Amino acid sequence: MLDDFFIRALLAGIGLAMVTGPAGCFIVWRRLAYFGETIAHSALLGVAIAVLVDLHLVIGIFVTAALVVLAMYYLERRDTLPTDTLLGLLSHGGLAVGLVLLSFFPNMRVDLQALLFGDILAVSHTDLAVIWGGGVLALGLLWWIWRPLLAATVSPDLAVVAGLKPERAQLVFGILLAAVIAAAIKIVGVLLIVALLIIPSASVRRFAASPEQMAAGAAVVGMTAVAGGLFASATFDTPSGPSIVVTALVLFILTRLGRTLPAGDAR
Amino acid sequence: MLVKATDMGVRRGERWIIRHVDLTVDRGQLIYLIGANGAGKSTCAKAILGLLAIDEGSVERIPALKVGYVPQRLALSPTLPLTVRRLMTLTERFPSSRIESALAAVGLHRLGDPPVTTLSGGEFQRLLLARALIHRPDLLVLDEPAQGVDMAGSGVLLDLIQDIRRDLQCGVLLISHDLHAAMSSGDDVVVLVPHEHDERSVGLVDPYTGAARQGSGQN
Ligand SMILES: Nc1ncnc2c1ncn2[C@@H]1O[C@H](COP(=O)(O)OP(=O)(O)OP(=O)(O)O)[C@@H](O)[C@H]1O
Ligand SMILES: [Mg+2]
Repeated sequence: MLDDFFIRALLAGIGLAMVTGPAGCFIVWRRLAYFGETIAHSALLGVAIAVLVDLHLVIGIFVTAALVVLAMYYLERRDTLPTDTLLGLLSHGGLAVGLVLLSFFPNMRVDLQALLFGDILAVSHTDLAVIWGGGVLALGLLWWIWRPLLAATVSPDLAVVAGLKPERAQLVFGILLAAVIAAAIKIVGVLLIVALLIIPSASVRRFAASPEQMAAGAAVVGMTAVAGGLFASATFDTPSGPSIVVTALVLFILTRLGRTLPAGDAR
Repeated sequence: MLVKATDMGVRRGERWIIRHVDLTVDRGQLIYLIGANGAGKSTCAKAILGLLAIDEGSVERIPALKVGYVPQRLALSPTLPLTVRRLMTLTERFPSSRIESALAAVGLHRLGDPPVTTLSGGEFQRLLLARALIHRPDLLVLDEPAQGVDMAGSGVLLDLIQDIRRDLQCGVLLISHDLHAAMSSGDDVVVLVPHEHDERSVGLVDPYTGAARQGSGQN
């Protein structure tokens, strides 16, 4: 069972969960789930562009997603439309344009199923290197912007008054999210990546006493879900993305069961 | 001089939220900012702190001005696990001795380290004050710090603010609805009147603000 491709997928998944844990906490704290979905959906456009100009998929997806983040950053400041409307526009617009572009290449071998739900057979040595290189870089960035980002989560005004730069931290976080989602595409796929960001953080919320504990806990739960899901995927021949998310969901339900007994415990 | 606003105005659409505001805070001064709901007190404070852009006039701040700010509202996400002591180091690290003394200054040192979401309204208000003064600011901007603090407590809070001002030799800009305290303890009182610059609502100034207007402006 422990074939080469499986080891690669496992290592890639663990490298990924290392970053989705802490990044996912910010998604939960700042209610950015729809923002994450938007970036993920734009990935299909990224795939189309990567095919068009013959780029590595992960790079193509990252560049497109980063452009979407920048567009969102700009529109939020310039446009009077509410944030979720803008996100819907970018999200479905990107998805639709991507699908139309791809339909122009009927003989292009783009495995849509794999892009949507992940495919552990698809993780190459290059992917593994990209994921771990990017993952370490992403963790470093996150460490660098941690304090301003956390302060901005509590109150942008307090962050500014203290001389931190919350706007910059938020932009860096958006770009980082684009990288995480690009890296995740092979393993969980476009459709389910946000689940890997949200479910682990939600699972550990009630056990964490500080933001840092919650971030570390979410990383551990994420790694467990990835490992468990990939084993299930290899054993039962199920698609890897859904298997990972189901495992995460089971972990989430287990953490809920553990503490529903004492009455009156909110959240 | 720590900050000085001259003929400051902030506009939203067609409406001037504040206009022609002159306000100076010097080191060691306690300046009150008074006015009815919607008069633009919070807006004025944010403009002075540079948190929002002004549309008219000017705001000068001395370079490297250290500010402690207690906003009127702070909505914490229930999903974010924050304890009392973790909130104290939100924007900067401090040694625990400094955290202890800031908490002691507002009377919260015996509270332990509970999640901030479990604090009472008055305790939370004190915590925000402690968080602002741990930075040893030159300027303390307090937006209705007495909200939710009981009557006896609001007197204590005012004494506390006076103590802090003396200890840190900082300037204080205090937004409040307590006209009596303002008249008796403030070095200066700036009064804002709601809708003062609306074309249509001239003459609707109510007695409280209308009377207070006479004390308006700088000295
Ligand atoms: N971003 C904004 N856009 C439009 N109007 C605004 C904005 N911010 C504030 N206002 C308006 O400006 C007015 C002044 O608001 P502000 O919060 O400064 O009042 P305040 O004096 O602090 O009132 P309170 O005593 O209730 O705290 C209000 O009528 C408010 O509706
Ligand atoms: Mg106000």
